[in-house]
Amino acid sequence: MISQALGGGFADAPIQSARAFRAALEAMARPGRILTVEGVAPPAPLSIGAGVLLLTLCDRTTPLHLAPGHDAPEIRDWITFHTGAPLVTPGAAAFALGRWEALQPVTRFRIGQPDYPDRSATLIVEMDALTNDGAILTGPGIETTARLSLPELAAFRLNRDIFPLGYDTFFTSGDKIAGLPRSTRVEAG
Amino acid sequence: MYVAVKGGERAIDNAHAWLSQARRGDPSVPELSVAQIREQMTLAVNRVMAEGSLYDPDLAALAIKQARGDLIEAIFLIRAYRTTLPRLGSSVPVDTGEMAVTRRISATFKDLPGGQILGPTFDYTHRLLDFTLAANGSEVADVAASLAEPAEGVPHVMEFLNKDALIQAELQADGSVPDLTREPMELPASRPLRLQALARADEGFLLSLAYSTQRGYGRTHAFVGELRIGAVAVEMEIPELGFPVEIGEVELTECETVNQFTGSRTEPPQFTRGYGLVFGQSERKAISMSLVDRALRWRELGEDFTGAPAQDEEFVLMHADNIQATGFLEHIKLPHYVDFQAELELIRKLRRETEQGDLAAEEQP
Amino acid sequence: MSDYNFAYLDEQTKRMIRRAILKGVAIPGYQVPFASREMPMPYGWGTGGVQVTAACLVPEDRLKVIDQGADDTTNAVSIRRFFQKTAGVEVTEATAEATIIQTRHRIPETPLTEGQIFVYQVPIPEPLRFLEPRETETRRMHELEEYGLMHVKLYEDIARHGTIATSYDYPVRVEGRYVMDPSPIPKFDNPKLSGNPALQLFGAGREQRIYALPPYSQVVSLDFEDHPFVASKAEHDCDLCGAADSYLDEVITDDQGNRMFVCSDTDYCRGRRAAGQVGRLGGEAA
Repeated sequence: MISQALGGGFADAPIQSARAFRAALEAMARPGRILTVEGVAPPAPLSIGAGVLLLTLCDRTTPLHLAPGHDAPEIRDWITFHTGAPLVTPGAAAFALGRWEALQPVTRFRIGQPDYPDRSATLIVEMDALTNDGAILTGPGIETTARLSLPELAAFRLNRDIFPLGYDTFFTSGDKIAGLPRSTRVEAG
Repeated sequence: MYVAVKGGERAIDNAHAWLSQARRGDPSVPELSVAQIREQMTLAVNRVMAEGSLYDPDLAALAIKQARGDLIEAIFLIRAYRTTLPRLGSSVPVDTGEMAVTRRISATFKDLPGGQILGPTFDYTHRLLDFTLAANGSEVADVAASLAEPAEGVPHVMEFLNKDALIQAELQADGSVPDLTREPMELPASRPLRLQALARADEGFLLSLAYSTQRGYGRTHAFVGELRIGAVAVEMEIPELGFPVEIGEVELTECETVNQFTGSRTEPPQFTRGYGLVFGQSERKAISMSLVDRALRWRELGEDFTGAPAQDEEFVLMHADNIQATGFLEHIKLPHYVDFQAELELIRKLRRETEQGDLAAEEQP
Repeated sequence: MSDYNFAYLDEQTKRMIRRAILKGVAIPGYQVPFASREMPMPYGWGTGGVQVTAACLVPEDRLKVIDQGADDTTNAVSIRRFFQKTAGVEVTEATAEATIIQTRHRIPETPLTEGQIFVYQVPIPEPLRFLEPRETETRRMHELEEYGLMHVKLYEDIARHGTIATSYDYPVRVEGRYVMDPSPIPKFDNPKLSGNPALQLFGAGREQRIYALPPYSQVVSLDFEDHPFVASKAEHDCDLCGAADSYLDEVITDDQGNRMFVCSDTDYCRGRRAAGQVGRLGGEAA
């Protein structure tokens, strides 16, 4: 158990986390674009994509919420060892990890304050698959339209309606990641 | 005919080589050692440690040498080094009541437990140039041997007032102190954050602000309740041991001022306080800090904002850091010709339009 | 290289900056506070841009650094060297070949592309700062979209000068929400901010702010219906390459008041001359 928690991190953190961040940045800056990441071997059911995002973005200063299904001892140990992020309830979380169903209701997550909209949660949503079909996306980062297999529309529409407040979302599946910032408008495809 | 300005890389290398030579000065004069600066330029070293927010006399002395004696440049070197250091933990709060004092004075009581200790002060020296120092040959009497050991466990003067509730009690912080070197400054700032900013603020800026309060711009009627200088132990909790361990010692200057009293029909009048704490022997800075701290507390103490600069938290905190200030000030010597060109075009256009307007006006009958 | 962590900053600092960048991207034009570090160069000399670049760099990057549009200005040289030394990345002067470009005061003439990140050094990130010096006030104004004061200022310009007398650092509105400071680029460059395929990031070190324009963001320069925004430049062609469409520096060539106009974007000018384009004095110039 212990050795499993110690393993599976970045072998060369400065370089690998730099590459991982560029993928995360590209994902958030170009909603709908699906990128491939590498460098970690997290315990199941945590995906490589989610593991890479956690190791790249989380540390002792970022409270993390683990939704049911991801709130398992091996995952806790792995995240604690590699990031030190304190594990917290949804309302206190800077990051939240889990499957879309398990994260419900997402209205529990921080959406920022009117004067500090950046003080909001980032969700990492584990998906069975991530493909460029389904919902039609428009907004900053998208030249015309993009498509992404979102788990639902209503929640993200609501999130866009309260802009500049709102949470921001990464979707992960295997070694794939995609992003959906609060600024993106979503419509049925 | 026209060759675009080229050779930036070579120009930089040449300038830096020249700088090294200028720093060394006349090579027939012996080179200063870091130890000499540390031992004989102690107050400069103290200032660099205080405003550099790093207690390391050797590094501060090195920075002063490297900076050719430009203290703000030396502070900058220390800050840039400090920011790369890993943060291993936080010490427990130092106890200045346990300070081994080499200097301790109170302006509010003639005599008091622990006594007044003048210590190594410029006070009461006559400011006459000492030409024997220039002749390189002053014999220094070993006064330290004839004096008592630094006094320990000297009680704080303010506590005598506090016992009788004559002075406002200080709130105890809950232990989590903000760190402006790790978090962006957020306004309005808490008092711990303000004090941290003031402790590393430019001495000259604080001095002027404090002086302005004495001259009536946010007057707070300050007396030095106590000024003490000496070494305190720095302790850290080691989780495995379960008790704090002494990891070193720092010299500090602490100033507590007694200020004008507050009170109302319902609350009995009480004196108020200002506080200053600075690395090393830096009493001008510590006293200035106390006055500015006190001036900034107007809201908390139910006073009016009179528009005085020293009362204006945002003005004080946003302009107190000399590294931020000097960087931004000096950046205007970087090329700005793109923006200047835009202004040139604009002013030419405006002048053209004005002249055409004048012509048109003249043509009117 | 072994003396430094990759790209100088420690990993915890980079994570903090990276989180701020992502929030900036998610809220276009909003200034995200970040705990700017003391860098080994002075505040006001690009520390914000340097921190953003350091947080974004990967070993595969090709970095270009410009100041006033030129790669050879001393501060650009200094910053480029810093990253060569601390990140070991390749550098280039060619806009089209760069993957990250850090800039002070200009957007290159060669259009930026999808694969690029464009990092601005920002001195005063708050577009309302010179109308209202207090951060506590300007933050509230952004919160309430209370931008009337900015229009009043521009209108006073028109009343006095007959035109908006702001020639650089010209405020813009991003995606219909936040009014943003584009850094002191000449207003000639403002149209390039909008619909740009590159990701544009803005770093203000001393003022501890990061903000962003995601690719293709809609960016509008503030104006009035009867006084529309006009991107202007010197009414000349480049005397070296003959370009009529590039921003020009005016160079005084002697004490008789003679002057010439040359592209501020040195890479663009060099590229045109290499392709055989010649300006009024291009034949004689080195």
